[in-house]
Parts: sequence; C-alpha cells; structure tokens
Amino acid sequence: MSKKFTERLGFALLAACAVLVLLFLGIILFDIFSKGIGVISWNFLSQPPKQGMTEGGIFPAILGTFLVSIITVAFAVPLGMFAAVYLHEYARPGRTTRMIRLAIRNLSGVPSIVYGLFGVVLFVQLMHLGTSILSAGLTLGLLTLPWTITACEEALKTVPKAYREGALALGATKWHAIRTNVLPYAIPGMLTGVILGLARAAGETAPILFTGAAFFLPHLPGSIFDQFMALPYHLYILATQHHDIAKVRPIAYGTALVLLGLILLLSFSAIWLRYRYRQGLKG
Amino acid sequence: MSFGAAVSKAADMKELETSLREARRRRRKETLIERFFFLNGLMAILILGGIFALLFIKAYPAFAELGILQFFAGAVWNPTSYSIPRYGILSLIVSSLMVTLGALIIAVPLGVGCAAFISEMASKRFKEILKPAIEILAAIPSVVVGFLGIVLVNPIISKLFGVSHGLNALNGSILLAIMALPTIVSLSEDALRAVPQTYKEASLALGANRWQTLVRVSIPSALSGIIASIMLGMGRAIGETMTVLMATGNAPALTFNFLEAIQTMTATIAIELGEVPYNTTHYYALFVIGFVLFVMTFVVNLISDVILQKYQEVER
Repeated sequence: MSKKFTERLGFALLAACAVLVLLFLGIILFDIFSKGIGVISWNFLSQPPKQGMTEGGIFPAILGTFLVSIITVAFAVPLGMFAAVYLHEYARPGRTTRMIRLAIRNLSGVPSIVYGLFGVVLFVQLMHLGTSILSAGLTLGLLTLPWTITACEEALKTVPKAYREGALALGATKWHAIRTNVLPYAIPGMLTGVILGLARAAGETAPILFTGAAFFLPHLPGSIFDQFMALPYHLYILATQHHDIAKVRPIAYGTALVLLGLILLLSFSAIWLRYRYRQGLKG
Repeated sequence: MSFGAAVSKAADMKELETSLREARRRRRKETLIERFFFLNGLMAILILGGIFALLFIKAYPAFAELGILQFFAGAVWNPTSYSIPRYGILSLIVSSLMVTLGALIIAVPLGVGCAAFISEMASKRFKEILKPAIEILAAIPSVVVGFLGIVLVNPIISKLFGVSHGLNALNGSILLAIMALPTIVSLSEDALRAVPQTYKEASLALGANRWQTLVRVSIPSALSGIIASIMLGMGRAIGETMTVLMATGNAPALTFNFLEAIQTMTATIAIELGEVPYNTTHYYALFVIGFVLFVMTFVVNLISDVILQKYQEVER
C-alpha cells in the first residue's frame, strides 16, 4: 500500500467519523421534530393530561419543570457566584485552593442518580422538606453548582486586571473594587453560564425521581412543598411506564419535542448572549 | 507651645484617631467579607464530603446486617424475594461495566477520529458547523436519548440480530456512546490543538506526510489528554441513569452477552428506590449500590484529573 494511499484512506476515515457524529445529531433532531410537531398545539401546551394521559396536554409538566428551575437557580446562582469570586479574587495558591478546585472538578463528575440519593437523605429525610418542588430544586441546585462555579469564574477571568488595579490605586478596598469594577462587567458572562446550567438541570430526570416528581397529579402544585410533574419524568413515564404505550407514543414524542425545544432554546440564547457580550467587549 | 497650637494639635490627634478607627473598621469589614467568600468556596469540599458521608451512613446498616461478602460475592440481586432476599450486586456491577465498555469501543475511535478531523483537516467553515453541533449533542437530555433507544434503536437491533426485542446491553452501549462522544471529542480536540506546531513542522520537514505526522507525532504527543478525555467519558457512562434504565431491558442477571437484557447499578437504584419504605434493609442496600457507584466514578474522575493536571504542567 503506497504512503499516499494510506494517507487518503486515513483522512477519509476521519472525515467519516465526523460525518457520522453529525448524522447521529441529525437523526435525533429529525426524528423528534418530525414525529412530535404534529402533536403540538395550544391545547397540548395549556391543558392537563386527560383520560389516563392518553389525551390532553402536558401543561402541569411544563409548569413543574419551570417551578423547579426557579428553585435551582435561586439556590445555585448566588452560591456559585460567591464561590467563584472567592476562587478568582481572594484565593491564594496553596493546598486549600487546590483541594477546592479538585472537589469542584470531581463534583461535576458525580452521577446524577447519586445526587438523587443525597437529596433524598439530606432534604427529604434529614431536613424534613418532603418530596417536594423545594427538595427537587435544591437537589438540582447541588448538581448544577460545579458548572455554575466554573462558568462564573470564566466570566471573572474575562474582566481585565486593570479594572481592579485602577480602583485599588484610587484607594478603594478590595471588596469595593470587586463590587464596582469587576462584578458589573462579569455579570453577562455569568448569565450565559447560568442559562447553560439551567438547560442541563431542566433535562435531568434521575435526581428528581425520588425527591418530588410525581407520576400524575390531578391538581397543580399549590406551594413549593407540593409534589410536581416534570417534563423529563413525564416523558420517561409515557415511554416506559404507561399501560398503553403504543397509544401514548405520539404524546411522548410531543413531550420530547417540547423538552428538547426548551433546552435548545435556552442553549441558543446563552450562545447568542455570549456572542453579543464578546462583541460588546471588543467595541 | 502656645494655647492655640496645643488646641490645633489636639484636634489633629483626634482626627488621626478617628481616621485610624475608621481604617480599622474598614479592615475588619474586608476580613469579614473575605471570610464570607471563603466559606462559599469551601462549599464544594463540604458537598463532596457530605455526599460521601451520607451515602456511607445509609449504606453501613446493610453492611452491618448482611456482611460485605453478601454484596460483592453474590451474583443474584433479588431483595423482594419472599423466601430468601438476595443482595448480590456483582451482576449489576458487571452490567454497568459491560455497557460502559461497549460504549467506549464505539465512542473512542469515533470521538478521537472526529477530534483529529476537527483539529487537523476541517476547513474553518466545517469547524463552525461541527463544534456547535457537538455542543448541541451534549445538551440533549438523557431521557430523550433513552426514548430514542426505545423507538429507534430497539427495532433496528431486533431486526438485525433476529432477537425478540432490542432492549439489551448493545442498545445501552450505543446510546451511552452517543452521550460520551461530546466529552471525548471536545477534550481530545483540546489536547490535539495543544500539540506545539513545531512538532508537526519538524515531522513534515523530515518527509513524513500529514497522515504519518498525525498518527506518529500529534496523537502520541496528545495521548495523555486523549486518555483523560476517555476516562471522563467513561465516568459519564458508568453513572448515566435514564438511558440505560430505558434501553437495556432491566433484567438483573449475570451475563456477558451483549444481546441479552441487563440491569445496571444506576437503573437498579432508579427502579427500586421509589418503591421501598425508608430505612429498611432493601433501602440501605440501594445505598450500598450508590456508595459503590460513587467510589467508582470518584476514582475514574480522579485518575483523569491527575493525568490532565500533569499534562498541563508538561505543556507549560
């Protein structure tokens, strides 16, 4: 086999790999979109499931995912932001800082079901929050925390050093400099990271399985101490647990499309925001 | 000293004192603020330690009651049996490792190939399509991937291999490969991009063609980064729950056949935790699985972390 031929063949194989990966994505998006779009209507989005989930819509699941996301953000964002400020602005290189960074990297690799177990023990059992929107939101908050910290730190890195030094040279204290000259410029970048974290949290199922998600609820949740229905869990039920799986398949596709659409919308808006923000920094 | 001078000096002293006090107050406030941020920074360690501690505390009663051997030497997982409940997690561990191995067999060549394509030969335009595409692939929720395993991969496997249904280890492996791909591609690409241009130029100058340069220079130089990316992908695959829960058939049996239904550690927890009463032997046994799972992923992540850190030091 000539060298030239091996090179051609090798590069053709690499290109095939790339095309195959694109194909995977294409098939996933096409299948969900083409089979789910027919189900989507205003009624599907605004009505509760009816007739044992074989008819009606998925409104309670959309609402549940939305409410849980609010708790997740309210919990993870301040904590993640403060931790990032510590790591980037205050931390001195040393053992403690190394340990914190190691812990963050490791947390991001902890399986989501393990977060679920942790959430059951900590929030449901020890803190007596019950299986509720609050417990599930806090569990998802813990899950997103490592990503939030990393994203917020990345945002802080983009603020030029001169901004801090300028304030310090004028006699500002460190906190004053951070508050007035660093945080305002880092917020858009942090927001991008928060939205991406939210997109991931909204699609998670395993952590909410035992911390508050319900198979079916006849009423909408009245407070954060109630159980809730969630889009990913609803899809799981329609796909595997329903007594008449063939009949609810179209609704399952519709639910998958709404979930996927929501997550892609969040991801794209984050990417768009990042793009706008970078343009702004340049100008 | 005249009276007037004395008065003005006293006033100066007083002013000095108040400004000193003010400075001290400010410093105290700064220290407090720094401590506040420090506590938030410690949160990550606290949570990691908390997960370890709580899982262990909840797993311990099962260890104490049944003995460690019962878990790791037994192949039969049947905690709800009316006669003798069995808590062997060996088959669950084997199942988890099996789908993970299957996923890596698919995802490693594909992922590294794709990364090499992006870093070595893709045009700028193609890169601009591929990179966001991989980001989107990473964003697809596992429950959606699992759903597609049921509706798309399942019939294909059953037709291709002539089995009654396609919910088995092979299905899980394919889906996990798709889920591990983004991690492997993006981190391997980072590693390949970090190979100094001079290495490649030297190789090309010595008469090697681009393919030889890639295979004998770039990939070996980036190997530690590529291995780290594979380890991270592996950690993802072991811990993934929804896809394997939906696509592998969930039959807890010790098998090495990819065309048979299996039940992973993650799926077992997901199926059974919702149905057992809190603080029963079965409940504690599920935490044993969780604890083992946590330790496994922790070790895998730690190894990949050590490799990555070392490799970044070498680059510098």
